[in-house]
Amino acid sequence: MPIVRSLRVIGKRAVNGVWRLGNATRFFMLTLLYSGISFRRFQLVIKEMFYSGVMSLIIIIVAGMFVGMVLGLQGYETLKRYGSESALGTLVALSLVRELGPVLAALLFASRAGSAMTAEIGLMKATEQIAAMDMMAVNPISRLIAPRFWASVISMPLLAALFTVTGVFGGYVVGVVVIGVDEGSFWSQMQSAVDFQHDVMNGVIKSFVFGVAVTVIALYEGFDAPPTAEGVSGATTRTVVQSSLAILLLDFILTAFMFRGD
Amino acid sequence: MERTTLDLWVGAFVVAGIAALMVLALKVGNLSTYNMSETYQLQAYFTNVGGLKPTASVRSAGVLVGRVTEIMLDTERYEARVTMSVDKRYQFPRDTFANIQTAGLLGENYIGLSPGGDSEMLKNGEAFKKTQPAMILEDLIAKFIYNTSEKSK
Repeated sequence: MPIVRSLRVIGKRAVNGVWRLGNATRFFMLTLLYSGISFRRFQLVIKEMFYSGVMSLIIIIVAGMFVGMVLGLQGYETLKRYGSESALGTLVALSLVRELGPVLAALLFASRAGSAMTAEIGLMKATEQIAAMDMMAVNPISRLIAPRFWASVISMPLLAALFTVTGVFGGYVVGVVVIGVDEGSFWSQMQSAVDFQHDVMNGVIKSFVFGVAVTVIALYEGFDAPPTAEGVSGATTRTVVQSSLAILLLDFILTAFMFRGD
Repeated sequence: MERTTLDLWVGAFVVAGIAALMVLALKVGNLSTYNMSETYQLQAYFTNVGGLKPTASVRSAGVLVGRVTEIMLDTERYEARVTMSVDKRYQFPRDTFANIQTAGLLGENYIGLSPGGDSEMLKNGEAFKKTQPAMILEDLIAKFIYNTSEKSK
């Protein structure tokens, strides 16, 4: 009976998905519970911030610059038809602050730092370093997982803010310096449209939520990876796919809560 | 505690990130225009506020003098009560006209203040006596069509 068999496969997938979700939640709770050591020995967090935050700076800044430049170019071409080129600053800043900054920075962070974290933890597990830590009565969650978690959660809003600022600068370079939109109206229209609490703070909250989601997925996939070469590579792929989907889904939910009805 | 170059990089990263947040707040956002020295509250009643929203600007002769803080329906008069906070540096006579105006044909609504000639000034919490509601484009078009069809008869 092929129908029964396919139903069985679907059911197994669904149960497996729910099981992993529950397991990841328990893993997240354990990370929060055992994060005391990351703050007593903050050096651990600083070291991880170097690998996940500082090393992502170049890709974040270059990508932000180009995204802002494209926004400036495309926005100018569209706004020119309606004779409102002076609204270019508003367009560039609002789309970057509200959506593109947090989302694109988180997507880049997931593929740059999240995949590296999964591979690192997965390889540690495959070479039985985590088991060795357990044998020496060192809790691997508090020693390995929690510092990486906090490092990424601190880095993510900073990276998103840098992405947004370089994006606005890129839009300024293309719009004002190259094309010649009036500089005064570019900045003043931007300032009158972008609200600090409503736009900037909501963008920071978004990037914080994305940081938590990406890091939990990356660390859980690494910690849960089968201790083989294929297991680690599969876990790395799943990290990138799942955290990208999680970012876009969470972005829709957060946008619906934050920017509806005005 | 020993200091490493790694710490320096992380420190520079955190400083750059916080500086970016400050730029977002002050240069991109409108936090710099919020801290107006000191403000006082004024009220105005309108029969129709149109598309006016809280944080809309209050302008006199085109100069930003304050912001709308609250829009409520007053159920005693069934009119909209608009509360605005105005910079203390600017005082307005009692017979000042408060109009809801539109920036351009389809732009944002804002409150325009046209001062009168009274020697007494409005104080904190007082209301404008003379107001003019928002101009609704659809109503104007409807009136225009009605008038022209009347004339053609």
